Amino acid sequence: MSKTLLDIKNLHAEIEEEGKAILKGLSLTVKAGEVHAIMGPNGAGKSTLASVVSGKDGYEITEGSIEMDGADILELDPDERAKEGLFLAFQYPVEIPGVSNINFLRTALNEIKEYRGEEQISAKDFMAMVREKSSIVELDPKLASRSVNEGFSGGEKKRNEIFQMAMLEPKVAILDETDSGLDIDALRIVAAGVNKLKNENNAVILITHYQRLLDYIVPDFVHVLADGKIVKTGDKTLALELEEKGYDWLNAEA
Amino acid sequence: MTHELIIMSETTTSNKVTNFIKNLDVSSADFQQRAAERLGELDFPTTRDEYWKYTRLGKLTKLELSKFADPDKLNLTKHIISNDYIVVVNGFVREDLSQFSKLDFEIDFLGSDRMAKEHYFDKNLNKKDVFSSINSAFFEKVISIKVGANKINKGPLQIIYVSKGDQIISNTRLYIEAGKSSQSEIIQTFISKESTDSFTNHVTEAYVSENSHLKINKAQLEEGSNSIISTEQVHQERNSVFKINTITLSGALVRNNINISVTGENCETFMNGAVITKDNEVVDNHTFVDHQVPNCMSDENYKYVLGGKSTGVFNGRVVVQKDAQVINAYQNNGNILLSDYAKINSKPELEIYADDVKCSHGSTTGQLDDEAIFYLQARGISKENAKKLLVRAFIGEVIESFENEHFENYINEQLAEIHDWRN
Repeated sequence: MSKTLLDIKNLHAEIEEEGKAILKGLSLTVKAGEVHAIMGPNGAGKSTLASVVSGKDGYEITEGSIEMDGADILELDPDERAKEGLFLAFQYPVEIPGVSNINFLRTALNEIKEYRGEEQISAKDFMAMVREKSSIVELDPKLASRSVNEGFSGGEKKRNEIFQMAMLEPKVAILDETDSGLDIDALRIVAAGVNKLKNENNAVILITHYQRLLDYIVPDFVHVLADGKIVKTGDKTLALELEEKGYDWLNAEA
Repeated sequence: MTHELIIMSETTTSNKVTNFIKNLDVSSADFQQRAAERLGELDFPTTRDEYWKYTRLGKLTKLELSKFADPDKLNLTKHIISNDYIVVVNGFVREDLSQFSKLDFEIDFLGSDRMAKEHYFDKNLNKKDVFSSINSAFFEKVISIKVGANKINKGPLQIIYVSKGDQIISNTRLYIEAGKSSQSEIIQTFISKESTDSFTNHVTEAYVSENSHLKINKAQLEEGSNSIISTEQVHQERNSVFKINTITLSGALVRNNINISVTGENCETFMNGAVITKDNEVVDNHTFVDHQVPNCMSDENYKYVLGGKSTGVFNGRVVVQKDAQVINAYQNNGNILLSDYAKINSKPELEIYADDVKCSHGSTTGQLDDEAIFYLQARGISKENAKKLLVRAFIGEVIESFENEHFENYINEQLAEIHDWRN
C-alpha cells in the first residue's frame, strides 16, 4: 500500500480577524501517486483550504489536524512546510519587482537543501536544471531570469508556477485554480507539465471550478467541497456529473 | 537670583559653538583664523530652523570632542576596493597607509595657506553654515585632486576615512577639480575602528568643468554612536555630467547636504541614495539642485529602509531659475518602514520660476508586501530571508546606479556584516 503523504482530519478554520468559520470539519487523505481534484461552488472554502495547508497568516485552526508524511505540520511556518515538501501553485501569483526568478529559486532550493542536510547546488548544475525544467512547461528561459512574474501574461504566470514546482520537486503539490485565466493552449501546456511531474512518490491536489482541466490531468478522486467540508467523493465521472448538473443537486441530496 | 539665571542662559546659548570647539587649536594660517572668528557669530541650528526641522543636534553638540593624530598601523584590507587609495585617520592623511600613483590624478595634501590661492577654493560654501565653517577653521590638510584636461581615469581613486578612538572630531576636507573633458570616479568610504561618540565633519568641494564627467560613490558605515555631517558643494559647467551616490548603512546621526549649482547648459546631474537602518539611527539627506541655466536635466532617487526606532529625513530641493527653460527635473523618494517605531519625514521642494519645464516628484512610504513575503516563504525561503530579498530588490536600482562592481560587492559584504544579510 502506498504511503499517506497528506492527512487532514476534521479541520476547522476561521478567519482570524472576523472570527468567521470557513472550514467546518474537513477531512482528506492523499496517498503517494494519487491525483485529487477538489471542486465546489464559490465561497465553499477551496482557496482557504490551500492557504491553511500552506500556513498562510490570518487563519485560526480551531480544531483538527494536518499531517504531512506522518508529521504534524500545523506549528510549522510556511517555509518549513515547503521544506518538508509542500508546494502551492498560487491562483494569483504575486509580482515581485527586482527579485529575479532564478535568484530567488536558487535561494529557495539551497535553503531547502540545507534544511534537509543536503549539499548546496552549484551554479552550473542549477543553470542546467533551469534549462531542463523550463522546457517542461515551455517557459522561455529568458522569463526565468526576469523579475518574479513582473510583466508576465496570465498564462506565463501559471507556467512559471509549474516551472517552480518542477524545480522544487515537492511531495505534495496543491494547484489552486491553476486553470483559471488560461486559454486552451496554455491549459494544455500546464497540464502536460503537471503530468510529467507526477509520479508514484508524489501527489497532486487540483483545486478547480471547472471540469475541463480534468480532461488533461485525470484525477483518481474528485471531492466536492461545500460549506467548509467535503460533501461527496467520487471518481472522475463525478466531475462530469457536476459539470452537467451544477452543485445544487448535491444540496437536494443532502 | 532670577537675574543671574537669565545671564547664565544667555551665556550658554552664545557659547554653544565655542564650547563645542574648546579643545581644538586653530592653526596660525589666516584662512583658518578668519573661519574661527566667524564661528563666534554662529550658533547651532535648532529644529526651529526649517533646514534642520527634523534632525536634533543636541546629543552631538554636547559631546566634548578633541583632535587626535592616531599613529597606529591599521588593517584596512577588506575596505580597500581600488588600486589607488588614500587613508585618512581622524582627519589626518596617513601617507604611510596609502597607496596611489599620480599618473591619473594630481593628488596633493595642502594646508589652507596654499589652498587659499586656488581660485575656486571655499568660494561657494555658505559662510553662515556652522558645520562647514567649523571644518574650514579646523581641517588639517585638504586632499586636493585635480584631473587633467582630457584625462580618462581607468580605476577610481578611493579615500578611506577612519574614525578611531572616543570623542574624536575629524574635520576632513576634499577638493576636486575635474578638468575639461575629463572622466573620473572618486569613492569615499567612512568607517570606524574601535571608536565611540566620534564625529566626522566632512566637506567636499567639486568643480566639474566643461564636458567632464565626475562620479562620486560614497559609503557611510560609521558604527554605533559615531556621527557624520557631510557637505558637498558642487559647481557644474556646460556639457558636464555629475553623479553622486550615497549609501548609509549605520551611524548615530548622519546628515548629508548636497548642493549643486548647474551653471552651464546641457548638463546632467544624478543623485541616488540608499539608507538602511536597524536601531536608533537618524539619517538625513538634504539635496539642492540649482538650475541656473536652460537645457539641463537632473534625476534624483533616494530609497530608505528603516527598522528599529530609526528616523529618516529626505528633503529634495530643486530650483529652476527664471530664464532656465527646458529643464527636466525628476525626483523620487521611496520608503519602507520595517517596524512600527521607525519614522520618515519626506519633503520635496520644487521652486520653479521658468515656464517651459518638466518636473516630477514622487514619494511613497509603505511596508513590505505581506503577499510577496508569503509567496517567497511558500517556496521554502525563511521569513527573515524573504524580507531581505525584498529589501534588496527595493534598493536594487540605487545599488545598480553605482556602476562599479567592486563598490557593489563591497556594499553587499557590508550589508552582510552590519545587517547580517546573506547574498
